[in-house]
Amino acid sequence: MTDMHQDTGHDGTGDRAEDAIDAGTAEAFLSHDESLRHAPGPYFGSYGGRWMPESLIAALDELQDTFDKAKADPEFTAQVAELNRNYAGRPSLLTEAQRFAEHCGGVRIFLKREDLNHTGSHKINNVLGQALIAKRMGKTRVIAETGAGQHGVASATAAALLGLECVVYMGAEDTRRQALNVARMQLLGATVVPVTNGSQTLKDAINEALRDWVANVETTHYLLGTAAGAHPFPSMVRYFHEVIGDEAREQILEQTGKLPDAVCACVGGGSNAIGMFHGFLDDRDVALYGFEAGGDGVETGRHAATITLGRPGVLHGARSYLMQDEDGQTMESHSISAGLDYPGVGPEHAYLADIGRAHYEPITDAEAMEAFKILSQAEGIIPAIETAHALAGAMKVGRRLAADLGPGEKASDRIVVVNLSGRGDKDVATAAEYFDLLPDDSAEQEIAQEGEQL
Amino acid sequence: MTTHPATAPSTGPATGSKAAAAIEKARSEGRAALIGYLPAGFPDVQATIDAGIAMAENGVDLIEIGIPYSDPVMDGHVIQEATVEALANGFTVPRIFDVVAGITSATDAAVLVMTYWNPVMRMGVREFAERLAAAGGAGLITPDLIPDEASEWLEASDAFGLDRVFLVAPSTSPQRMQATVDASRGFVYAVSVMGVTGARTSVGAAARAVVDAAHAAGAERVCVGLGVSSSAQVREIGAYADGVIVGTALVAALRDGGVDAVAELTRELSTGTGKASA
Repeated sequence: MTDMHQDTGHDGTGDRAEDAIDAGTAEAFLSHDESLRHAPGPYFGSYGGRWMPESLIAALDELQDTFDKAKADPEFTAQVAELNRNYAGRPSLLTEAQRFAEHCGGVRIFLKREDLNHTGSHKINNVLGQALIAKRMGKTRVIAETGAGQHGVASATAAALLGLECVVYMGAEDTRRQALNVARMQLLGATVVPVTNGSQTLKDAINEALRDWVANVETTHYLLGTAAGAHPFPSMVRYFHEVIGDEAREQILEQTGKLPDAVCACVGGGSNAIGMFHGFLDDRDVALYGFEAGGDGVETGRHAATITLGRPGVLHGARSYLMQDEDGQTMESHSISAGLDYPGVGPEHAYLADIGRAHYEPITDAEAMEAFKILSQAEGIIPAIETAHALAGAMKVGRRLAADLGPGEKASDRIVVVNLSGRGDKDVATAAEYFDLLPDDSAEQEIAQEGEQL
Repeated sequence: MTTHPATAPSTGPATGSKAAAAIEKARSEGRAALIGYLPAGFPDVQATIDAGIAMAENGVDLIEIGIPYSDPVMDGHVIQEATVEALANGFTVPRIFDVVAGITSATDAAVLVMTYWNPVMRMGVREFAERLAAAGGAGLITPDLIPDEASEWLEASDAFGLDRVFLVAPSTSPQRMQATVDASRGFVYAVSVMGVTGARTSVGAAARAVVDAAHAAGAERVCVGLGVSSSAQVREIGAYADGVIVGTALVAALRDGGVDAVAELTRELSTGTGKASA
């Protein structure tokens, strides 16, 4: 890991070593003295914190206070559980993927089916929780950022359910490419605001949402979509996604009688991964793998492999790994998957990477699309392209486990759990174009060439 | 004006603080200080230096130069567009020191740098501070750095004798007001409204409440920024604050009319402090 780490910019010096967490913490972890679960923030090692304008600190304090009280309130936890069960459709299944496993060195593969949740991904866990928190604070309006539209759709859904006004900020370029998701949000009653500032991407949508929040903080909650941002967002977003890992751990024990050898998830901001990892953080023998978007390949510079190649910095309120140039300007990320196309990453992942508890590796667009196709044809499950990165990673991890068996062991003794974080319906046009399945003159092809994710 | 000077060691004596000295000089002339903001490198580095000198020669007491940054969450459209253009024109962070040195070598104005934190962190806080001091800079205004996260900067600013201007807002709690006033040196930046930079017809009553709260917490110098664009507003705010900060209006003037327009607007704004007529 360390040898892979170099400056995304130019000087190549990196500074992972000097920013690594202090030896005491690492030792405490390695000697099993310290639980890594339920890390409250604001800091995860030297990451996290509140690198935010003073104007918003009072709102973050209010949010933290409300969240802390809610967690301790049985009425709130019951409300969340009820919505998860009877609205989102939890618990999500854990499905063994026997034919896909043939592509993974023959190890047993289990898919945590977040794709079966209402709205088609893990995102619903967080938006329901935060919308309830917004109501407890007496806020009447939520704002959200979105890239491809998944978090925007989930936010609009939660707002509709709970009677909140919803405004979604989205890069102007994305609103054009994702016209159907814009329509979906509008059908749910949300207002979508195209962002024409800066690079007009997800990070600029977050900037614009923050500007809205500063001006409207009295009435408005910022429903951040990933486990990044200023405290308490990273630990709060993780809290609402912990259900993924908790369920998966129970289900894998029930189905196999033991814990998995490895757990895999894709990492953009890192919310599905942190929710999944959390269930296994203190199971030291379970290896945790986060797969970042390698885009065209990390050597090309066109990627979103923040932990692999970024270096510590502050963006959107947290200190974490960041894709930045030698001047500290945020660099544009690239990925075929809009949901992973973010130049930052949640601070808890940065910490888990530094202490070696979780491992992060890049997966290229091509590797992800290959896994996308294999899962679709082997299991009858079309994954989100984001998720396909985790699947491609699981193929590598499975083959490595199979190559490293002891005497008398067989590949099927090894177990890998993959977080199937979302379904691929939204990605059909992109995938059809990628695999050249569309007639030259079809309307779909025209849309797909613009990157539409249906 | 100051209610508890003893509790404000950092914003207290003007000794060693260039920003404090500039504001105290205005005070000694019976007026509020006028502070003008421009982003570095818009449209190029020499233009920023020329415009900075023009501001100093036409009634500005303190100059604030912004570092263009990819993610300026506290800035409205006018400043965003200017900084995007500066970056597109090739501005790089180390050139901020050329801008500061260019202005301080030609005028007596104190020059503060306004910057989002990541560019400073990327260069290294201590190295940045050392180079800023060497260029003759007064210190930093830090819109997304709160004292809670500023330990490195507190140390570096002490080491190199630089001002550290933190922001306070209408939403700031009494406890945070006290801590921020205590951590600041030079002056305390009072955000007039809950919002981002940009001209507004009125800054409202919230600004005065923030200034009063900062003074009550022991700040000797409190300057108001965000939304100020006319001499009338400068006059109104100068009646209760120690300085008035104008940004967007000057940036728009530079954009539309070049350095001459900046000089003219500065003269007009300074009538609000009484300096032009003094």
